[in-house]
Amino acid sequence: MPGRRFHLLCIASLLSVMLAGARVAPAATPEANDPWPGLVQDIFNNRPMNDGADVIAIEMPYRAEDAAIVPVTLRTKLPPGDSRRVLRITLVIDQNPAPMAAKFELGPDANVTEISTRVRVNNYTDVHAVAELSDGKLYMTKTYVKASGGCSAPATKVADEAKNRLGQMRYRQFARAGEGRAGQGSGQGPASGTREAQIMIGHPSHSGLQMDQVTQLYIPAFFVDQLRLWQDDSLVLAMEGGISISEDPNIRFTYVSNGATRFRAEARDTEGHVFQKEWKVDDSGI
Amino acid sequence: MAHGVSVLALLVVFATSTLAQAKAQELPVSEVAPGIFVHQGQTALMTGENEGATANIGFIIGESAVAVIDTGGSVREGQRLLAAIRARTDKPIRYVIYTHGHPDHVFGGAAFAGDGTEFVGHRNLPRALAARGPFYLDAFRRIMGAQSLDGVRMIPPTLLVDGTIKLDLGSRTLTLKSWPAAHSDNDVTVFDEQTKTLFAGDLVFLGHIPVLDGSIRGWLAVIDELGALPAQRVIPGHGPVSEWPGALADQRRYLETLAADVRKLVARGAPITVAADTAAAGERPRWQLFDDYNARNATSAFSEIEWE
Ligand SMILES: [Zn+2]
Repeated sequence: MPGRRFHLLCIASLLSVMLAGARVAPAATPEANDPWPGLVQDIFNNRPMNDGADVIAIEMPYRAEDAAIVPVTLRTKLPPGDSRRVLRITLVIDQNPAPMAAKFELGPDANVTEISTRVRVNNYTDVHAVAELSDGKLYMTKTYVKASGGCSAPATKVADEAKNRLGQMRYRQFARAGEGRAGQGSGQGPASGTREAQIMIGHPSHSGLQMDQVTQLYIPAFFVDQLRLWQDDSLVLAMEGGISISEDPNIRFTYVSNGATRFRAEARDTEGHVFQKEWKVDDSGI
Repeated sequence: MAHGVSVLALLVVFATSTLAQAKAQELPVSEVAPGIFVHQGQTALMTGENEGATANIGFIIGESAVAVIDTGGSVREGQRLLAAIRARTDKPIRYVIYTHGHPDHVFGGAAFAGDGTEFVGHRNLPRALAARGPFYLDAFRRIMGAQSLDGVRMIPPTLLVDGTIKLDLGSRTLTLKSWPAAHSDNDVTVFDEQTKTLFAGDLVFLGHIPVLDGSIRGWLAVIDELGALPAQRVIPGHGPVSEWPGALADQRRYLETLAADVRKLVARGAPITVAADTAAAGERPRWQLFDDYNARNATSAFSEIEWE
C-alpha cells in the first residue's frame, strides 16, 4: 500500500534529520552530503534515472522568498506524436525533513501537462522532479533553490486561522491565454481544448512538533496525504502529499475537457478526515 | 530621579568591573523618556558581523524592578543589553517581555534566564517557538555562523498575555496587550502609562520595509486599533523612535497598496509568482530592504487574499 510506505519514508527521514541535527553541523552545503543517491534508493527503489531534459521541466524561484510558500511548476515536455505518456511525477525536495513532497498521478485521458503547487523549503536544496513514463522508465530533472533568509520559517503562519478553514474546498477555472481573456472567458464551452483550473483545500498541514520539555507541547503531524480530482468519473489528477506541501494545499493544473459537466474533488488527511465537493463545470466561473 | 540613577550606575559599574563579570561591552542605548532606554537596531539582515542586532530592544526601570523588552538577535547582544542595564541600575530584572517570537527579538533571551526573572509573551508564543525554534536555530547557524548562535535557547514565556495584563515595576505600570494575527500570530505591545510610551514590537516598522509573517488583513485592522492608543511616542520594532500615531502612516500605505495589488492579481487569475514579481512594486524607493522582503510579503499576502 503506497500510503503506508510513504509514512514510513516520512518517519525515517524525520528521524535521520533529528539525528543529524544532534551533531554539530559544519556550514551545511548540499554538495558536502548529497542525499540524492539515498533518496533514489528509498523513494524509487534504486531504479535507473534517465535524463529528463526532454520529458519534464521544473520551475522554482532561485531563492525561496517565503520558506512556507515556495511556488513550483512541473511541465511535461513530450512532443505531440510521442507515443509515450506521463503516468506520474514525483517531486523531491532533497534537504527537507520529509523529502518526498508529492507524487502526482496523471489521469489517463486528461492530458495534464502542467501542475503548479506550493511547497515548504527548509534549506538550500536540490529539488528533483521524476517522471515515470508509459515506457516504464524514470526521467529526472532538477533545480536548485536557496533557502529564504530572515524570520521566514517553513511553518504554519496563523495556526488558528488555518484550523478554521479546515476542509474548505474551492475550485476555479481560468481562461487560457489565446482562448479568451481572463474575466470574459464564458465563451469557452465544455468541449473546447485545454483548460486551466485550480483546487484549494483549507488545511493547516501541520508538520508536527516534538515534545518540548518546558511547554509540554506535542502536536503530531497533520496534513493532506491524498487528493483526487475527476471530471465526471474520469480521473484528472491525483496527489499523494506530505508535510512539504504548504498549508492550504493549492494545485493549479491544465487538463483537456472530456465534455464532463461536473468536476469533483476528494481529499483525505492523516487523521482520516475525508473532504469531498463537486462543482458544475459551467458554474465554475471561468 | 536622574541623580539617583547615575549614582547607582556608578556603583554598579564599579561593582561589576571588580567582579570582572561584565565582559560584554555595553549596548549603546538612549533614554527616550524618563526611565525608558532603547537600543536602535541596524536596518539590516541579521549577520555574524552585526551579532543579530537588527531589532529595537530596550528596558524600563521602575521604582523596584526592571522590565526588558526583547532581547536581541544573539546571546551576545542580550549580554550587552544586560551590561547596559547594569550600568544604570542594580534593581532586579523581574520581567523579560517578548513582543513576538522572531529571532532578532528572542535569540538573546538566555542572557536573562535566571531566578526571579519571568518571561512574558503572547499566549500563542510557546506554540510558535516550539514550531519554529529548531528551524530558526538551524537556519541562523547557517546565516550567522555557529559562533553567533552560541548559547541561543528558545525560552518560552511562562506568563502569557491573552487580552490585557498589567505589570507593576513599582510606581510604574506597564500595560501589555496581545493582538490578533498581524505581523505574526503572537504580537504583544507594551505601554508605559507614566510616559505614554508604546513599545510596538514589529507591529510598527519605519524605514525598514514591513515584514509580513502573519495576516495582512489582520495587520491592517490592528493598525486602526493601535492608532487609537493614547501614546505620545512609539518604539517601533525597526526604525527610529517616532511620534504617535503619525508613525503608522507609511506602513499603512504600504500594506494597503500591497493588499490592493494582490487583490487585483487574484481577481484576474494571475499565478502567485506574478504577485511576487509585481505587487507593491511602486513602493520600492520608499523602503530599505525592499528587495529582501517585498516578494515574500506579496507571496504571503496572495496566499491569504485568495481565500477571500
Ligand atoms: Zn518580527
